[in-house]
Amino acid sequence: MHEMGICDGILSSALRAAEDAGARRITRIEVSIGELTEVVDEALRFAFETLRRGTMADQAELVVNLVQARSECADCGAAFRHDRFDPKCPECGSYVVRLTQGKELRIDAIDAE
Amino acid sequence: MRIDIAKDVLEHNDALAEENRRVFADAGVFVVDLMASPGAGKTTTILATIAALRDRYRIAVIEGDVASRVDAEKIAAHGIPAVQINTGGACHLESAMIRRAVEQLDLGSLDLVIVENVGNLVCPTEFDLGEHAKVMILSVPEGHDKPYKYPGIFEISEAVILNKYDTLPVFDFDEAEFRSVVGRLNPRAPIFPMSAKTGEGVAAWADWLSARIDAVKGGAHDA
Ligand SMILES: Nc1nc2c(ncn2[C@@H]2O[C@H](COP(=O)(O)OP(=O)(O)O)[C@@H](O)[C@H]2O)c(=O)[nH]1
Ligand SMILES: [Mg+2]
Ligand SMILES: [Zn+2]
Ligand SMILES: [Zn+2]
Repeated sequence: MHEMGICDGILSSALRAAEDAGARRITRIEVSIGELTEVVDEALRFAFETLRRGTMADQAELVVNLVQARSECADCGAAFRHDRFDPKCPECGSYVVRLTQGKELRIDAIDAE
Repeated sequence: MRIDIAKDVLEHNDALAEENRRVFADAGVFVVDLMASPGAGKTTTILATIAALRDRYRIAVIEGDVASRVDAEKIAAHGIPAVQINTGGACHLESAMIRRAVEQLDLGSLDLVIVENVGNLVCPTEFDLGEHAKVMILSVPEGHDKPYKYPGIFEISEAVILNKYDTLPVFDFDEAEFRSVVGRLNPRAPIFPMSAKTGEGVAAWADWLSARIDAVKGGAHDA
């Protein structure tokens, strides 16, 4: 359900960009999805299969780059990777950290012809 | 040919949320978005919050539901302006829906707008409405393991209400475990154990909300 809305955003961006460039077919759509978003890869692919029908992205491949969660410590400046349960600085133990990546929901590029 | 796009997928929603934020700031009104599963007690919590704060603040409510006006009618029966949004199947509120709803309110004469999001622990976390704070309500019968299953909503919430606290004796809800997981996901969010039905614990939540409302009102006067 939720992935339908996300995928709709991806497809409309891709179609607009392709039309603006005068392309007739989209062969590949590349997106970046942060691992801290609520997007389920399988559900996104299912939504994509459904929504692309009858558009110029009919045969397009969806490439999903999963973006790892990373933060920076506000106390000591250390940059580190973490999972969603422990956004804690491994250097000084501080919980005052700022997320630098991991929440992306971004369309990066398309290949079109 | 390769075409670079580099655009946020939710760009449209985020841009409208930014506009909403400006509208709320200009009016000096604080907006809180309550998120929870269906039946966790969002409407009951709103009624308890109104009872606690209506002498001090001018309050309105925006009710999000897939269908029906039931909740808006419950609020309106208490003499509080209530706007119903029917999402027509969508499982979350978006900033455009909030924009249309606030057009039906006289924001300038309000201090607090409470939004009841659609009952869902997943997608409301992804959609910025332009609100000042997202707050989630978990009810005791849902179980203490929910933060493991739905971490996103606990991460994004500025406070967590643990509702139906009166039912603790009949469920095997492990409060210490719950506090420990929420603390790991979101160390800054206070947890308010509360029974929206009996009123127990509502004062602590109302105090937290008041402090946030006053901060916004102070800011509006300075501007
Ligand atoms: N025992 C108990 N029941 C509650 C409490 N808060 C809400 N309820 C009940 O839970 C049910 C669902 O509440 P409601 O506010 O409509 O939930 P919503 O769907 O999240 O808006 C109703 O029957 C309420 O009376 C509480 O603190 N304790
Ligand atoms: Mg309700
Ligand atoms: Zn550190
Ligand atoms: Zn949704």
